[in-house]
Amino acid sequence: MFIKLCKPLAFTTILMVLTIILVPEAQAAWELDMPRGVSTLSEEIFGLHRLILIICTIICIGLFAFVFYTFATCRKSQGVKAAKFSHSTRAEIIWTIIPTLIVIGMAIPSARGIIKIEDTSGAEMSILVTGNQWKWSYDYLNEDKFFFSSLDKASYEASRRDSGIDPTTVDHYLRNVNNAMVVPVDTKIRLLLTSNDVIHAWWVPELYVKKDANPGFINEVWFEAIKTGIFRGQCAELCGRGHGFMPIVVVVETQERYEQWLAGDLKWDSTAQQLVPTNQNPTSTDTLAAL
Amino acid sequence: MSDSTHDDHDTKPTGLKRWLFTTNHKDIGTLYLVTSLIMFFVGGSMAMMIRLELFQPGLQFIDPQFFNSLVTVHALVMVFGAVMPAFVGLANWMIPMMIGAPDMALPRLNNWSFWLLPFAFTLLILTFFLPGGAPAGGWTLYPPLVLQTGDSFPFLVFAVHLLGASSIMGAINIIVTIMNMRAPGMTLMKMPMFVWTWLITAYLLIAVMPVLAGAVTMLLTDRFFGTSFFNAAGGGDPVLFQHVFWFFGHPEVYIMILPSFGVISQIVPAFSRKPLFGFSSMVYATASIAFLSFIVWAHHMFTTGMPIAGQLYFMLGTMLIAIPTGVKIFNWLATMWKGELTFETPMLFAIGFILMFAIGGFSGLMMAIVPVDYQYHDTYFIVAHFHYTLVPGSVFALMGAAYYWLPKWTGYYYNEKIGQWHFWTSAVFVNVLFFPQHFLGLAGMPRRIPDYPTQFADFNMVSSIGGFLFGASQLLFVWAVISSVKGKQKAPAKAWEGAEGLEWTLPSPAPYHSFNTPPKVD
Amino acid sequence: MAHADNSYYIPHGSHWPLTGSIGLFGIMIGASIWLNGSGIGPLVLSIGFAVLLFMIFGWFRLVINESEGGQYNSEVDTSFRMGMGWFIFSEVMFFAAFFGALFYARGIAVPWLGGDSNNFFTNELLWNNFTATWPTNGPDDLGGKFETLGPWGIPALNTAILLTSGITLTIAHHALQKGSRGILSMFLAATFILGFIFMGFQAYEYIHAYQELNLTMESGIYGSTFFLLTGFHGLHVTIGATMLVVIWLRCLRGHFKPDHHFAFEAVAWYWHFVDVVWLFLFIFVYWL
Ligand code: HEA
Ligand code: HEA
Ligand code: CUA
Ligand SMILES: [Cu+2]
Repeated sequence: MFIKLCKPLAFTTILMVLTIILVPEAQAAWELDMPRGVSTLSEEIFGLHRLILIICTIICIGLFAFVFYTFATCRKSQGVKAAKFSHSTRAEIIWTIIPTLIVIGMAIPSARGIIKIEDTSGAEMSILVTGNQWKWSYDYLNEDKFFFSSLDKASYEASRRDSGIDPTTVDHYLRNVNNAMVVPVDTKIRLLLTSNDVIHAWWVPELYVKKDANPGFINEVWFEAIKTGIFRGQCAELCGRGHGFMPIVVVVETQERYEQWLAGDLKWDSTAQQLVPTNQNPTSTDTLAAL
Repeated sequence: MSDSTHDDHDTKPTGLKRWLFTTNHKDIGTLYLVTSLIMFFVGGSMAMMIRLELFQPGLQFIDPQFFNSLVTVHALVMVFGAVMPAFVGLANWMIPMMIGAPDMALPRLNNWSFWLLPFAFTLLILTFFLPGGAPAGGWTLYPPLVLQTGDSFPFLVFAVHLLGASSIMGAINIIVTIMNMRAPGMTLMKMPMFVWTWLITAYLLIAVMPVLAGAVTMLLTDRFFGTSFFNAAGGGDPVLFQHVFWFFGHPEVYIMILPSFGVISQIVPAFSRKPLFGFSSMVYATASIAFLSFIVWAHHMFTTGMPIAGQLYFMLGTMLIAIPTGVKIFNWLATMWKGELTFETPMLFAIGFILMFAIGGFSGLMMAIVPVDYQYHDTYFIVAHFHYTLVPGSVFALMGAAYYWLPKWTGYYYNEKIGQWHFWTSAVFVNVLFFPQHFLGLAGMPRRIPDYPTQFADFNMVSSIGGFLFGASQLLFVWAVISSVKGKQKAPAKAWEGAEGLEWTLPSPAPYHSFNTPPKVD
Repeated sequence: MAHADNSYYIPHGSHWPLTGSIGLFGIMIGASIWLNGSGIGPLVLSIGFAVLLFMIFGWFRLVINESEGGQYNSEVDTSFRMGMGWFIFSEVMFFAAFFGALFYARGIAVPWLGGDSNNFFTNELLWNNFTATWPTNGPDDLGGKFETLGPWGIPALNTAILLTSGITLTIAHHALQKGSRGILSMFLAATFILGFIFMGFQAYEYIHAYQELNLTMESGIYGSTFFLLTGFHGLHVTIGATMLVVIWLRCLRGHFKPDHHFAFEAVAWYWHFVDVVWLFLFIFVYWL
């Protein structure tokens, strides 16, 4: 029986591995875990995630091991006779206390994390981010900067049914926008999230920020990126037909280039995937792609 | 009434009337079970369409709006049509037999509880054919989005009302049966675990289904009568709905898992040939889980902008549930330990349940931790979590229960070979189906999207393949059931060597009226 | 069915449940298409209602006849009692949902719109001129200016009426147990008459609110919670009073015995429940 049990288990593993190998996919990432992130808090939160993941995996493996050991030793076909015991206060106390301690152990660093995440004080700039069906708008408070940001044209066209375009040929399919949000590096930025219609959620995995944008209310979040680069996310709360087509692109730039962008000397080019000088010939003919 | 003759002989009414007008707990149980199997296939077909669209990036087959409708109705059908009625069906069949009662306490009400369901699902499924399509706001029905539903909106609300009424009446009946109809000597602490878990589940049902009814009523008035419960301009708040919904919704998930715990607590001792370990702590653990389930609802809402105190409280409360749940799991392991194990199909499903429910439970525990839930929330990690608790959780428990009690219901054993095949294909493919969704979620794939960035393509394809094979495997279940109904091998009263309990003292198949004279319990 | 005293009574099959489902189905289809603007909605709705009423009459007649025919032993009686008790509990939870909405609005939603807790910017950027008060129809002044109904006029009177009706009902119950049928039917009649007076006042207040105070369902969150809470309560009073009328008629026909009158008690519990809900309404909706 024990041998019989192993076979299907091995089969599962082999099947999964085989599918992984055989599925034709060139740019396969096979990403198994969360991105490590680029914000000041991301290391800590990622660490917390790893910690609980490992604890849970270990307990789970222990559980599985115990079960299979039981199967290996307590089978009727081996001629064992069933024992008669049906309780043990000591055992029950042990398996109540130990999980309690583990749970408390997990809760302490988590509570610390929450407090840090919620502390928006000392932000150096604020951006009002508004969700709309189905695009975001960004309003740089105290600056003269307001714009809408929606799905870029290439993705939009490829995502049409019967478009005949293979999405894998589109750069950053569904994670590209016509107007990116640009912020300076090493700066604590406060986002004020709200919505004009239904609930949306603003999420960029690498910035470790996800929060709902509720109509009629404003939620605050903050992040401080420690690296320049382009970070992508998308709307994370069901908001209707276009929910899957509401991406977010955040360009983290040096203070200097950020200011050039603010002044209008640089702009986001969705084809080149970078900030380009405004007077340079655009490589993109992207217009506002509505759904 | 022509058939108002004495019902105390083992005579069954015949024809259509038997099923339409029945007051017999076994007939009603059968109606529930058959309906839930049909709804499982209906909801499963929708899941297959979802997986088909997600097989590759790009929109191949269906419109995004229709995709959202499929997701919404898939969930509603599975939760309210497949899993809940299946457990009520089991309760109807088994509870009177297990406590030594002649029938359920309120038999006509029992008939009504069932006969609301077909009408409710007609209302719900009808919506696919209405202008604007079926509801597409997710099964959580969050406003303001759900208020944008087309003509199907009032149908959705009323269907939920009917489903709630059905559940409440069913739950009242179960409580009354258990509290009032036990055979002499069947004290509370002698009741089988399945009866215990159902008793507690029924309390949960009565407490939360009316709250859901209230929530959808507020949606209805917001949409049609100008109230502003969920509208900030009038002083309301869309998040208010989420609080009310999850006050129902979180206990709801335990409504779907506690009876499973009961089933597992029947099957494991039977095939270990050893009494259930720690009976009373099992009872207390179940009660604690039920109690805690009322005070943790907002763990579904960490990203809505709750104040810190709320987040801390709901995190801690949620994490505490791991402790009584752990007690249950450890008790099952201790029951198997030093037992005399055999691995017939029901036992295989029970083991599959214990191991894979634990996986789902641990991902749940991870999601209770707020800083990381900000990352997991509304991704496929959640989808993986709840399918692990619901499919190899509740559904496996239901399958196990069916195999365990089929000989009692039909009088014949099912085809064991088919049962074994059903288990192994299900257990393998359910992991191919849902395990990769953990990776997808962690890597950043949101849920409820019909199309996705290309880096998620591979695992989605794996998951879809697993999905199709898992779905196809369920056809084996139908085969197994038919093999028992058309049976070859006659089952004795005590169909399983190690099975204990009053239901096994009745002949197989069980007579139409269970215990006309109460049995003696010592 | 002559074995009422030794074994549990299992009723024979009945078409009433199915008829009831069909009635409800008609009501729901009718209401839905009506809300969607279809002209035949009211017709379908009425047919559904007619079927439902037919079911209620038929089913209750059947049960009453069985009960008066002595088929229900004390165990069946206990089942009915427990069933009614848990049904009332489910009703409590239904009201709890609306009370929850009220408390959430007053304690959380409205203060947050006014900038409380972590919502400084909500007030600052979205609803800048709004200060949290109660009653309110929200920062957009939905439904326009309105006045509320003070607690110490009709609502206080209504409280007294309902409390009195609870007392008259208890007197009737004692009379039933003692076998004084005259007092029973007199006080039972007093109870439902008080109930109908309550409803009359309530109707008057609604008209007053709509016509003179501009307090409507559309008056923001105050109007929403006010009308749904008092409205559902009023619906329950109506149902309760109707049931009182029914058992009063049954009393006149000589139904119920001093030691066997489940239907009476069920209605009495229901009435007390409606009473308690009103007390909460009076305190939290009208008064505080
Ligand atoms: C049967 C259904 C079921 C069950 C049983 C559970 C069980 C649990 N669930 Fe799950 N859950 C759902 C169904 C279920 N859930 C559904 C449907 C959703 C999504 C709804 C939606 O949004 O659509 C959801 C979503 C959900 C969320 C919201 C996530 C989000 O949206 O961001 C959270 C967060 O806390 C959560 C937590 C938990 C926890 C802590 C448990 C616990 O009960 C698990 C306890 C079990 C264990 C922990 C394993 C066994 C224990 C041991 C072996 C002991 C040792 C343990 C330790 C030392 C810790 N669930
Ligand atoms: C008890 C509840 C339950 C059950 C049993 C299931 C079962 C399944 N679920 Fe479901 N699911 C939910 C409850 C459930 N689900 C909920 C609550 C949601 C959230 C909804 C929301 O976001 O609002 C959800 C969402 C959900 C999603 C996410 C959609 C999204 O976010 O975009 C997906 C995607 O893979 C999915 C897939 C499946 C699959 C493949 C099964 C399979 O296990 C089904 C297997 C069964 C069958 C296939 C039927 C039987 C067989 C046949 C009909 C034979 C023919 C078939 C073939 C030949 C292939 N479900
Ligand atoms: Cu916006 Cu989803
Ligand atoms: Cu939950």
